[in-house]
Amino acid sequence: MEPIQPAGDNSGCNCTKPAAPHPVAQRGLSLFNICIVGTLGLGLWSAVYAHLLPFSTYFAYSLLGLQQGSPLGDAVQFFVYDTPKVMLLLTLIVFVVGVLRSFFTQERTRKYLAGKRESAGNVMAALLGIVTPFCSCSAVPLFLGFVQAGVPLGVTFSFLIAAPMINEIALVLLYGLLGWKIAALYLGTGLLIAMAAGWVIGRLKLEGWMEDWVRELRAGESIVLERQLTWTDRLEQGRDAVRDIVGKVWIYVIAGIAVGAAIHGYVPQDFMAAIMGKQAWWSVPAAVVVGIPMYSNAAGIVPVVEALLGKGAALGTVLAFMMSVIALSLPEMIILRKVLKPQLIAVFVFVVGSGIVCIGYLFNSII
Amino acid sequence: MVIQICGPGCAACDKTKEVVAAAVSAKGVGAAIIKVNDFQEMAKLGVFSTPAVVINGVVKCVGRVPKQVEVEEWLD
Repeated sequence: MEPIQPAGDNSGCNCTKPAAPHPVAQRGLSLFNICIVGTLGLGLWSAVYAHLLPFSTYFAYSLLGLQQGSPLGDAVQFFVYDTPKVMLLLTLIVFVVGVLRSFFTQERTRKYLAGKRESAGNVMAALLGIVTPFCSCSAVPLFLGFVQAGVPLGVTFSFLIAAPMINEIALVLLYGLLGWKIAALYLGTGLLIAMAAGWVIGRLKLEGWMEDWVRELRAGESIVLERQLTWTDRLEQGRDAVRDIVGKVWIYVIAGIAVGAAIHGYVPQDFMAAIMGKQAWWSVPAAVVVGIPMYSNAAGIVPVVEALLGKGAALGTVLAFMMSVIALSLPEMIILRKVLKPQLIAVFVFVVGSGIVCIGYLFNSII
Repeated sequence: MVIQICGPGCAACDKTKEVVAAAVSAKGVGAAIIKVNDFQEMAKLGVFSTPAVVINGVVKCVGRVPKQVEVEEWLD
């Protein structure tokens, strides 16, 4: 006869309660299985991707019978080609980055940067800014954690600039829509600005412009909780990232591409050349100033960037506009105000803004 | 039992609160769920990435939304 175990009883009987926490062996997929499924998935993905262009021309010019080269025909073809292409790229990259990020935590990054001096620290911080999970609402606790761990102020800023500025979504969209050269330019110059601006802020010795209570933090201690992750956990994080990010941004992507399609088909070829072309010297600073209060996620802005470039806007001006929109945002500044005095925020905006303007002029003059 | 949820109030923090609330009602334990959105208070708790869950003064997780199963284990 078997006595019924009361709930929560901690006797040796394993049968009434679900077994002890996470038997890893059963839960974890083997690396082999993961590779097989991954390869199949990637194969399917590439097959679909390769057929998008023929499908879009078939759809617009044969199925709908639109005239090739007509504004409506071009707009429809652009939209039918770009939407699935961007969504496919987005899903793949968000998944990969989601898995990659499971190897980096803010705690680990902080610990790593704590021992670094300036210059080398600025470089490391900017690079880690790309892969460390970050959202602008966690900027303040992150800032506090860095200060408390003794990470120099300039190094902290390199991280805070790189984290939003180098955005994997923007990177993939630039690659998909404009090619690897522009994507690489964006990545390289974004890193450069984060490193240089952080270094400059460090040189200026502005520690006094942090709020007083922040400076007193150094005595405290931070709590670090490391978790053991299996491959299944990491893949789950990738999947969650896809559901989360793609689920949220798809509407902006489609809206962005629709705007892009309209400009593509209907706006005359050199319409933008007059206001955003190389000849208009004031266009770079103007683009940066206009971009600062704007807050768009990278996914929505890139299709617009593509359309602007296609219509004769200068590359430097457009890149400056895009960087300003995604790197300097009003909500982030408002939240940083809780730990930084207004003067320091002003310096931050000025240094980063100037960096972006320089990059804009640089590209306008060399390309 | 006092459960503090640290976060300035973005989507991830709200999600954490939902998960914790669901775990509490699933477990049927009596617990007060308090939101901490003051950064200074978080720093005092030792929390430097959000969202974070603190149960009876002990930090249980930082910088991510926990799973409901995990939270239920912490409540035991």
